[in-house]
Amino acid sequence: MSEISAEQVAHLANLARIALTEDEIQHLTAELGQIMQAVEQVSQVATADVVPTSHPIPLTNVFREDVVGETLTQQQALANAPESDGSRFIVSAILGEEQ
Amino acid sequence: MSELTRLSAADLSAELSAGNVSAVEAAQAHLDRIAAVDGAVHAFLHVNPEVTLAQAAEVDRKRAAGEQLGALAGVPIAVKDVLVTKDMPATSGSKILEGYVSPFDATPVALAKAAGLVPLGKTNMDEFAMGSSTEHSAYGPTHNPWDLDRIPGGSGGGSAAAVAAYEAPLAFGSDTGGSIRQPAHVTGTVGVKPTYGAVSRYGSIALASSLDQVGPVSRTVLDAALLQDVIAGHDPNDSTSLNESWPSMAEAVRGADLTGLKIGVIRELDGDGFQAGVRQRYREALDLLASNGAEIVEVSAPNFQYSIAAYYLIMPAEASSNLAKFDSVRFGLRQAPAGGGTVEQVMAATREAGFGPEVKRRVILGTYALSAGYYDAYYGSAQKVRTLVQQDFANAFEQVDVLVSPTAPTTAFKLGEKLDDPMAMYLNDIATIPANLAGVPGMSLPIGLAPEDGLPVGIQFLAPARQDARLYNVGGALESLLVDRWGGPLLAQAPELAVSTQEGTR
Repeated sequence: MSEISAEQVAHLANLARIALTEDEIQHLTAELGQIMQAVEQVSQVATADVVPTSHPIPLTNVFREDVVGETLTQQQALANAPESDGSRFIVSAILGEEQ
Repeated sequence: MSELTRLSAADLSAELSAGNVSAVEAAQAHLDRIAAVDGAVHAFLHVNPEVTLAQAAEVDRKRAAGEQLGALAGVPIAVKDVLVTKDMPATSGSKILEGYVSPFDATPVALAKAAGLVPLGKTNMDEFAMGSSTEHSAYGPTHNPWDLDRIPGGSGGGSAAAVAAYEAPLAFGSDTGGSIRQPAHVTGTVGVKPTYGAVSRYGSIALASSLDQVGPVSRTVLDAALLQDVIAGHDPNDSTSLNESWPSMAEAVRGADLTGLKIGVIRELDGDGFQAGVRQRYREALDLLASNGAEIVEVSAPNFQYSIAAYYLIMPAEASSNLAKFDSVRFGLRQAPAGGGTVEQVMAATREAGFGPEVKRRVILGTYALSAGYYDAYYGSAQKVRTLVQQDFANAFEQVDVLVSPTAPTTAFKLGEKLDDPMAMYLNDIATIPANLAGVPGMSLPIGLAPEDGLPVGIQFLAPARQDARLYNVGGALESLLVDRWGGPLLAQAPELAVSTQEGTR
């Protein structure tokens, strides 16, 4: 199960939106193989009768009053933007030419 | 070195409230110390003396006006760069957030400021808290004040080194798999990971949301307690924050008593994988506890051996999701590929340029663990191990009040020694990870120097969830016995750092 190919790593990098170089893909392929081999031992004890835990201290129904609280101003929200027009974030084209 | 920087937070606070020292003098003494030694230690990523001194002056003004002040008012504190701050940058050790200044303060920082604590600056850390040595910081490693060629631990090596080098009496840390406790172990300082949810995570740049917990870093157990008393409590801005009132941790230290305390030695965390000198000091500490009224029994936690495996599935899975916010749109770096591109291509180029190798490794690993077809086998199984680890804790705490182990397998290793071997680096956290998986509180405090290398060794105490006061009780008692035996604090045995008259490279 822990066999990881360079093609798989390239696919994962695409899913994670990281433009890895060919060198990085080669490196990560070897490292991830080793790491996955080590972490696979979880399956030895994770039998069907064990209930999974998502959260260390379970809390249920954490609600607050439905009232408007303190919010960021438009200026604060845009203060760290790489590019804005003063009222909106500016990004490059969402769709490529072929789309 | 100014005597002011040698004082514990508790002693400094007494001098401040007696009027013998002003907050400005206390802040200036620590800023001078930072200027003198941080070129060599590199604990800080950012210091702004003007802001610090203005905040200190404000505390002095309030005191002069007779206002009611908190116990730590006027005491300086170093802030791990994982916590966002509105008057200082917060980078989480990453290039992707270089220069980022938040529009709000993280809740622990806001609480500290409200209590009159004076932030000195932001401390170095592994990028996004991913590491055990600070070598994964995008801004260069921090050096261990005991030996500048060695790691200060991680991810909070900057906070631990700042406190060990007398650059600050207190610091904030964050602990996802040991990032407060392991740095404490290798620097001869105290670090506490409170119960999950005891301290708000609001404004703490998330690594793994179900594991992260902010906590105190200090030179004494009492100082850690005083800080935890300031920052613990419910925060509506963090939906995982526990809504309950906490007893005073400082009172637990002041009334520390080992009589009748049952301490469980974790059989699985005391084997061949632990350095001889670490085991020796650990055995001596257990003997000292036993001869002063504690009952030492052995307990078994058979599923702890699967903790690292589960952790290195859960943590990267949560991290890959949390770090998706660094998309070059709303904040942080933006890097367009040559010739431009679509927003997706800009994202990919930005994340390639802005993330370091360990972050990329974990994001890809997490993406894999969560991907279709593998989710049940990896992430699902890891969550089951989490249940088993919790059951081990529950069984153990039916027999004993607190659990004990060495904090980490070895003393501080050399910078560079494990940088190219991710699995070897991950094993540093073997003793600290179970507490994060189960949400229980843990403390590390110094118990001596390993005979073979003269470097600090820490002991770890663990308590049931919400029973943080038990840690402060047993930790306070052991610390006081050890300081009596040594004739002073362990840090007094650290070599003096060379003092530079000019600012080092930042």
